Amino acid sequence: MSGPNERPSPRRDEDSDRADRVRPHEVPGAEPIIRFRGVCKAFGPQVIYDGLDLDVYRGETLTIIGGSGVGKSVMLKLLIRLLEPDAGDIIAFGQNVRDMDGAALLKLRARVAMLFQGAALFDSLTVAENIKYPLREHRWGTEAEMDARVTEVLQMVDLPGVEEKKPSQLSGGMRKRVGLARAIAMKPEVILYDEPTTGLDPINVRRINTLILNLQERLGVTSMVVTHDMDTVFTVTDRMAMVHSKRIAFAGTPKEARTSDFRYLREFVQGGWGTLDEDL
Amino acid sequence: MKDSPIVQFLGALGEITLLGLHTLRELVRPPFEWRLTIVQLEQGGVDSWSITMLTAGFTGMVMASQFATGLEPFGASLYTGNLVALGIVRELGPVLTSLLVGGRVGAGFAAEIGSMAVTEQIDALRALGADPVRKLVVPRVVAMSIAMPLLTIMADFIGCAGGLLITVLEVGMGPRFALDQMIASVAVSDVMHGLIKSLFFGSIIALVACWNGMRTYGGTEGVGKATTSSVVIISVTILIADFILTRGLMAIYA
Repeated sequence: MSGPNERPSPRRDEDSDRADRVRPHEVPGAEPIIRFRGVCKAFGPQVIYDGLDLDVYRGETLTIIGGSGVGKSVMLKLLIRLLEPDAGDIIAFGQNVRDMDGAALLKLRARVAMLFQGAALFDSLTVAENIKYPLREHRWGTEAEMDARVTEVLQMVDLPGVEEKKPSQLSGGMRKRVGLARAIAMKPEVILYDEPTTGLDPINVRRINTLILNLQERLGVTSMVVTHDMDTVFTVTDRMAMVHSKRIAFAGTPKEARTSDFRYLREFVQGGWGTLDEDL
Repeated sequence: MKDSPIVQFLGALGEITLLGLHTLRELVRPPFEWRLTIVQLEQGGVDSWSITMLTAGFTGMVMASQFATGLEPFGASLYTGNLVALGIVRELGPVLTSLLVGGRVGAGFAAEIGSMAVTEQIDALRALGADPVRKLVVPRVVAMSIAMPLLTIMADFIGCAGGLLITVLEVGMGPRFALDQMIASVAVSDVMHGLIKSLFFGSIIALVACWNGMRTYGGTEGVGKATTSSVVIISVTILIADFILTRGLMAIYA
């Protein structure tokens, strides 16, 4: 895969973003690789999910939208069991995440990587050591092979030559890209993005969006993107899902979202689209 | 409804015990994280030598001054050295060192791990396939369990040296006689008594600070709270554990 500068920036389609593309869930016989079924989660008295259902298909980019504090990121953390659901099932690659033992969970976390909101790079380690971290944990290969992989993934995110820098020496956009390099180091099948473009300037937003598209189109990676940024939603998404009232209140294509009767969703979508609905 | 302080304390005790058991389990599972442990040994142990020397030296001198003055009316000031040596080796060496090192190191551990928690670095560790207990808690517990007995031995020597100095200057005893008296009054079991306690105190400092750091939430404010509460919990726990361990060890050695 080349760096983002070698590829024209993706542009929104006025009617339906990436409308000419056959979306993975539309392929006949498409089976979801991740299923959330009746998931309930509460933090003390605060109920986040009450019977959440969602399917994610192989190869698609699914964006998760919703108001602040509705628990969009919680869904990602439940999937790789950084949090435990109170009830319900989360099936990933045919196995219930709740029933996984240590070894199965380790395998899942090699197949499903996560880019955290603030990148969550380890401050005390260099960029190279950060990227090697999952490789070492999963005994990926020799030191030379790991070095080569570090160089490769840094080129993928268009950041060659920063191996020996500390995270504190990088800008916010660079930290996000190093975080993404660390996430893709293990060649995961699914990447979870938690607010990948929040707090970034427009150029870095475009870079990250391009990287998400490249990973999907060239490596066939499945992505779940939690975001508030409607530009990101319409640039990268195959399907979008809205978390509202403790459930998935909508799941469909951007075109379906724009023509939906669900007023709250339209408010969200059109707010990002730049046109105001007089009915609102 | 908020739990009562007793319920909260028991809950915390349960969580720290579970963390201790998890730490033991990871400790015996190879490979051992030598590099991380040595880093913690340096930060928690080697960097604490100056505060340990200062505290022990002045404590020994103050004790000797008090005993020399207090025992004089009874004509017993000759026993000043004996009392200082016993007090330092059995009690003040391990306890005072642990309280001071606990404050310094415990605050550092809680702040560092707390910052990692609020910036999702602990979640990232798990997401990348690592066990945070193995990477963060085990090296700190092992390092402090090694460092505290060593610091206590140093505190015993420096404290006794301070006491010896004042005994010689105030009571007017010859240095050799005062030293012989100190050595004669302290048995090997007394030294072991202090060292066993300091080993437990070292584990307590690391476990409490790591437990508090890992459950930090609420940004920088949360880190501040975790740091402060760690120092308080460590101090209280050391004092309670000191009583229990002292009674237990006295029963064993009796």
